[in-house]
Amino acid sequence: MKKIIFILAASILATVSYSADHIVVQKDKTFHPNYIKAKVGDRIIFKNDDGFAHNAFSDSESDEFDIGMQKPGQDVVVVMKNPGKVEVECAIHPNMHLTIDVQK
Amino acid sequence: MKYFSRFGTILTGGVVAAILTTSAVAKEDMNKWLRPENVPAPKDNQITPERITLGKFLYFDTRLSRDNTVSCATCHNPELGWSDGQPKAIGIEGRQGPRNSPTIINTAYQRHQFWDGRAKSLEEQALGPIQADVEMDMDLDELVKRLNGIKGYKELFEKAYPGEGITKDTIAKAIATFERTVVSTEAPFDRYIKGDENAISENAKKGFALFTGKGKCNNCHDGFNFTDGSFHNLGLGDSDIGRYKLKKRASWFHAFKTPTLRDVTKTAPYFHDGSIKTLEEATAVCGNGGRFPNSKNLSPLIEDRGLTQEEIRLIVDFLATLEGEPMKLEIPTKFPQ
Repeated sequence: MKKIIFILAASILATVSYSADHIVVQKDKTFHPNYIKAKVGDRIIFKNDDGFAHNAFSDSESDEFDIGMQKPGQDVVVVMKNPGKVEVECAIHPNMHLTIDVQK
Repeated sequence: MKYFSRFGTILTGGVVAAILTTSAVAKEDMNKWLRPENVPAPKDNQITPERITLGKFLYFDTRLSRDNTVSCATCHNPELGWSDGQPKAIGIEGRQGPRNSPTIINTAYQRHQFWDGRAKSLEEQALGPIQADVEMDMDLDELVKRLNGIKGYKELFEKAYPGEGITKDTIAKAIATFERTVVSTEAPFDRYIKGDENAISENAKKGFALFTGKGKCNNCHDGFNFTDGSFHNLGLGDSDIGRYKLKKRASWFHAFKTPTLRDVTKTAPYFHDGSIKTLEEATAVCGNGGRFPNSKNLSPLIEDRGLTQEEIRLIVDFLATLEGEPMKLEIPTKFPQ
């Protein structure tokens, strides 16, 4: 019986994925930090701390997204879906860059 | 990008070695208004005197156009603030382009070139107008052939890019190198920022305060080059979709690059469509809500800030202090044969 419970618990643990949150602050037209190591399933939370609108998009092969117009003070969550290097830019301020290194 | 020292006689003034104190602007805020000492250039195209010389000849040489009538300088004329004074560019046979000719002053410091930012380097930019049918309408293979037939150019290319020959690549690199030498000279505003309280008028000082305060102009016209390289829809109401043409990204609809304000007094008419004749009008459009405030994808930064006519005049007084001395430039009159 103990063995069965152990196997059951182990298999539940094996199927539960633990995702982490990574906070990226947009301040002074810069992503802080500008490099993140993440895992598939992790959440990237973009927090606009500037007094004007921002954006975050990626055309990277592994993960393509565009959060649209992000108002000052607004938080937007993006979940990393696939492993790979995700290059993120602000469509309004293209000098803003962030690299997310997504691993399995 | 690596940083290189500037060369040549045209590179005068404006180089800031020391930062002095000023009572009007907090010390920690001053650095961003001062031009960096060095001009950035890519690793594979370092700035050398030979490349500047070659690039300058190419820039002013009308033989780079199909019918030998138009050069880069036709639309980016040093006598006209490195623009052309026209609402929209005019190329060979009087063909009108779709947009205003932007100044090339300080393009070395910009990551994206053209109004829509479609070129990510000056090298990439340099070949665009040569090929555009409304500008120089020149086939690049034909141009390479044409230049290879000019002994003087063969020698200059060999000096500038030894062993590389005359190619599309070396043509672009040489022109880009010359463009990197077209940098703003020291303006009264620079002297003011460095501590000379008498360099600009009291009205201009008030204008600068409005520029960074009530007007919030520096939300986009930020830093020494008075642009943060951002893309916005100002609500001008014309049919040009701007950066959206590159990709159907919502925030790129009708968005255009924020232009530099260095020497802006010399570069009228203004905006991507050349529809604004004066700085007063331009300031009113940006500062008081755009021409069409209900435009789709209007930048949220374009809102009515309630600038009065007097305040607009003060901002324009400040903008005039961004005009530097003309660069010392010897325009070629004889070209390689």
